[in-house]
Parts: sequence; C-alpha cells; structure tokens
Amino acid sequence: MQPFTVLTGIAAPLPLANVDTDKIIPARFLKTIKRTGLGVHLFDTLRFDGTGAERPDFVLNTEPYRHAEVLIAHENFGCGSSREHAPWALLDFGIRCVIAPSFADIFHTNCFKNGILPIALPREVCDQLMEDARMGGNARLTIDLPRQVVVRPNGEEIPFAVDALRRHLLLNGLDDIGQTMQRAPAINAYEARLRQQAPWMPGITVT
Amino acid sequence: MADTAKTLFDKVWDSHIVERLDDGTCVLYIDRHLVHEVTSPQAFEGLRLAGRAVRRPDATIAVVDHNIQTSDRSQGIAEPESRIQVETLEANVAEFGVPYFPVRDARQGIVHIIGPEQGISLPGMTIVCGDSHTSTHGAMGALAFGIGTSEVEHVLATQTLLQKPAKNMRVQVDGELPLGCTAKDIVLAIIGEIGTAGGTGHVIEYAGEVIRKLDMAGRMTICNMSIEAGARAGMIAPDETTFAYIKGRPYAPKGEAFDRAVEYWRTLPSDPGAQYDRVVTLHASEIAPMVTWGTSPETVLPITGAVPDPASVADEAARAQMQRMLDYMALTPGQELASIPVDVVFIGSCTNGRIEDIRAAARVARGKHVAPGVRAMVVPGSGLVKQQAEAEGLDRVMLDAGFEWREAGCSMCLGMNPDKLKPGQRCASTSNRNFEGRQGPGGRTHLLSPAMAAAAAVTGRLTDVREMA
Repeated sequence: MQPFTVLTGIAAPLPLANVDTDKIIPARFLKTIKRTGLGVHLFDTLRFDGTGAERPDFVLNTEPYRHAEVLIAHENFGCGSSREHAPWALLDFGIRCVIAPSFADIFHTNCFKNGILPIALPREVCDQLMEDARMGGNARLTIDLPRQVVVRPNGEEIPFAVDALRRHLLLNGLDDIGQTMQRAPAINAYEARLRQQAPWMPGITVT
Repeated sequence: MADTAKTLFDKVWDSHIVERLDDGTCVLYIDRHLVHEVTSPQAFEGLRLAGRAVRRPDATIAVVDHNIQTSDRSQGIAEPESRIQVETLEANVAEFGVPYFPVRDARQGIVHIIGPEQGISLPGMTIVCGDSHTSTHGAMGALAFGIGTSEVEHVLATQTLLQKPAKNMRVQVDGELPLGCTAKDIVLAIIGEIGTAGGTGHVIEYAGEVIRKLDMAGRMTICNMSIEAGARAGMIAPDETTFAYIKGRPYAPKGEAFDRAVEYWRTLPSDPGAQYDRVVTLHASEIAPMVTWGTSPETVLPITGAVPDPASVADEAARAQMQRMLDYMALTPGQELASIPVDVVFIGSCTNGRIEDIRAAARVARGKHVAPGVRAMVVPGSGLVKQQAEAEGLDRVMLDAGFEWREAGCSMCLGMNPDKLKPGQRCASTSNRNFEGRQGPGGRTHLLSPAMAAAAAVTGRLTDVREMA
C-alpha cells in the first residue's frame, strides 16, 4: 500500500448525498479478478452516456478535474454494497482523499485498506471546501495527515479526526495482515479457550 | 457492584475479543466466513503473493451465487468474464482447501440463504462475508456483517478482524401487524423512518412483539436490509423460534451438543436495563404494504400514497436530488403509486428468496395470470428452496400463472448474470436496493414484498395486495 503523508492536489466538487457504491462502480464491472484497471469505470453512468461517450457536464470530464486527487461530496458517501472495487476505482482514477460530512461504514474501512484517506467534516465546512474546489486548478487543497489538517487555498487550516491505528498504517503504508499475524500467540490462546468453552461448535467439511 | 447490563451485541462482541489494542481497536475473532466468487479472487491472490495459508478452512464455506445464470446450467457459463470468476473461485477453494458447495450441488444458492439453511450460521457467532447483506445472519442472534476484500484476506489469513465496537441501537416494533403486511413492509417502514444513514456506526437490535412473532424467514428479511439503513449489522435475540429452526439442520450441533449450545444461546438476549445509544419505536398499526418510489431505499411510502413533490422540499440540494430521482424513475409528483405500470417482476434475492417468500407469492398468484406484456420471474434462493417449492407444487402454481421458474442465485437483484433490466424498464422487485442502474443500466426498481410483487405481476401495475381477492 502506498503511504499517505501530505497531499496537495486538485479537489473535485460532487455535491450529491448518498453516493452509493453502485454509482461509484456498477456491478457489471465487478467481474474482474484484479484490483487494478477500474478507474475507467469510475462513476460510469454519471461519466458516460449509453453509447460510451463522455457526458460533458460531469465534473470529472472537465478540466482541471480530470486530474483531481481529492473528492468533496455530501452526506453518507459510499453507502450500499461492500465492494472494495469502489475504492479501487477511485484510487485507479487518482483520488487519494474523499471529504464528506459522513461515510458509510464499510466503504470508510475499505478506503483505509487502500491508502485512501476519508475525512468527515461538518456539512458547512464541506460546503466551504466545495466552493474552494469550484475555483479549479488554482485552488488546490492540502491534506496533511501527520498534522491532521486540511489547508484551504486561503491558508486556513481545518483540523480533522482520524483513528490512531489507521493513521499509523496509512502514514507508513503498512499491511495490517502482517501486523495481526504477529499476534498469533493471542489468537492461538483464544482458539484454545474456544475449543474448551464451545465444543458444540462444529467445523465445516463438505461431503 | 453487579455486572453492567449488556445488550445482545455487547455479549457477542465481548466474547470474541482476542485482544484490545491501546486505541480501543479490538482484534475480533471470526467464527464463520462465507466466501463467494465476486469479492474473493483478489483476497486469495493476496494470500498467494504473501505465501499465506487459510488459517481455518473448517470455519469457512464458499459458494457461487452472483454470476451464475438462472437458466439451464448444463453447458456451463457462456459469458467469459463470469466464467473466469467462477473458475477462479473453484481453483482457489481447491488450492486453499476451503469447503465449497459446487454449482451442480442442490445446496448451492445465495450465500445468505444457505448459511442459515445449512445450520452454518448459529446464535452468538461472529459471521462475516465480502457482501453487505451478511447482516441477514443476524436473525439467528449472531453478529454478522459485510466486509471488503482486504478484510476478506485478513480473515482468511488470521481468522480475525481489526474493529472498533459499534454503538447500540434498538428498533422496537410494538402492536399487531395489519393484514397484508409482511417482514419486508416492516423493514421498509423502518428504513423510511430512520433513513438510509440512520443506522451508521450502530448495530441495530430489532425487538418488540411484532418481531418476536415473526418466523425466521421474516427475521432474516428484516436483518438483511439493516445495511440499507446504514447499520453495521442487525440482530434479533435468539428464542424458541430460533432453536426450533436450527434443530436438525446439517451443520448444526446434534444431540447433547445441541442441548449445550441452547443452554448457552439462552444467555444471549439483552439483559433487562441494558443501555442503548439510540431507541426508535414504531407501532405496527402505522405500517401498510410499502413500495419505494425513488432510487434510495429510504424513499418509501405505503402503496396507498402518491409520488412526492420536490416543490415541498425546503433544502435546495435535497430538492434537486428528489427531482433527479423522479427524472430517473420517470415519475411525476402526485401520481398515485398504485397506478404505476410495471414491465418486469422479480421474486427472489437474499432478502426474499426463501420458501416462505415463494409461498406468499404463490398464495396471490394461484389461479391467476401474469398481465399481458409483463415478464415475471421467480428465482429461488437456493437449490434446496427450489426443491422444497417443487415438492409443494409451487413451481406449477407459478408456471401456470405465467411466471418463469428459474435456478438459484442472486440474479436480477444486481444483474451480474444475464438477468438484467433493459434501459427504461420498470421492475417490481423483492430485492433490497433501488439504486440507479442496480438491476441493469437505466432500469427502474420499486422494492416491495413477495406478495406485493405477485400482485403487481397479475395486474401489471403496482397494486395494493389487500385488494386482491
């Protein structure tokens, strides 16, 4: 996983609430066995018409937002399915940070696993950042994870909260499976207790 | 001091903590891991690249459901990408020694139907799957939730997840459920009440007289759609209904082991005085047969209602969003919901693909016929549900009424297989999501119960099932 430290980039305004994962990437593009290459299908129905041509009015089809690295949206971003293809598609397009008033839980977790930082800020702050984003390429946002602030184009700093463990993993680009595997003694001990306390719990074998 | 009173969720959570880390994150043990072909290939690939094994194949079960066609399967899967995904799962379960129900096995079906059906999902367990509708298994009194592919890999490798505890929310449904209303109407009413983000960060425990009286199928329908209210999971306390359902299922404990298990399961319901971060109470008398009109499950009204008017919405962004929904759905403000014509009717999915759902649809369809120009299909949730329905003669009832009778799978719930809506087609669907394009690009979805879906098939329009003789 690519570490996330300080990002300065173009932010795209997407003033929609309840952006669901079917909207981020429709189910027909989930028939892949890879994590990469999904960026071309990001927001497929918003970006392209029935013939596959770009919809000229969609923000990510316009300059400078084709190069956006930050997305600003409204409430409950990423609701719906658990598909990690949603953050994979965002990442593949180049988005490293999503800022919204709130996120759906599974999407929120999936972002961290892929080096994307989701930042929840109050609606009125998101609306200010949305205005900044509308100013285009001359108004870049800086996302400073070590200091936990978003820096607006006017220099104002907006603090944000992030889970300590997730921050650590992001800053260092760490694979959390490797970390958890170091806890094998504790897992072994739990399993030994489980066998004793719940011997009724059968294992699965298919015959 | 006596121990603090705990909720059902607290009890299941606490009993699965392997280790609590400094920042409050818990290493949570996972008892059951359900795997399907869409969200697992990259996880197995990750294991392979890192040289890791599956820690507990005996706590894991794999099945194919999303891609598989629901028509004749004797010639394999025609669509190359779907075929590759299914073949990849088959290769992975063979390589990593994961138990698997093959396509031609009667036990094949939608992952959330077969877990309870086989007695694999049991009370007090932690159950995960790379699928948001894993909340279904919460009906057993388990903590069951959907995870992404990275977490699938994490569970395969370590049998644990790194999680922080959710907040407790109680949704209480009191009173007597009116005639013509089902579990689907209850959960749609709940989502309409609390909204599509109403449960974010919470685990919902469904309680109250109405929930207690539901059979397990109804409880699964309700827990299934918890994610549509944004909740991490939904749970219902196990009781005699639960134990009777589990007894004798293939993978459930047997004999003395079953008795010991029940003894433990009886300790799981929330203690008197347990604290919830939020409590929502609904009275059943306020529930009617429900149908969605928009492209979010929270946009739901009783079938007796009319399409809402964006002009009545004060917030500008919300008004624009409602207008966008009406444009997509091709509906006009004030239009009676019961006047909306449908092109397709879909009965199935992990929400409503159980035998009880097919029985409910058959009660309405028996002796009637699908309206001209309407395509209506029944997709049983598993091969065993299909067999059971056929043993009861329900396939004949539905076929005689002009419905298609198909093989088990996710099918038109999300259109990853050939069962898709065409652009502009309108569908009365017993599934769980009405997002834009969910059932096929440009398709329009109205969510409702199996009985309501059958009624819509017969009349050719959204219909109040209470008016069907």
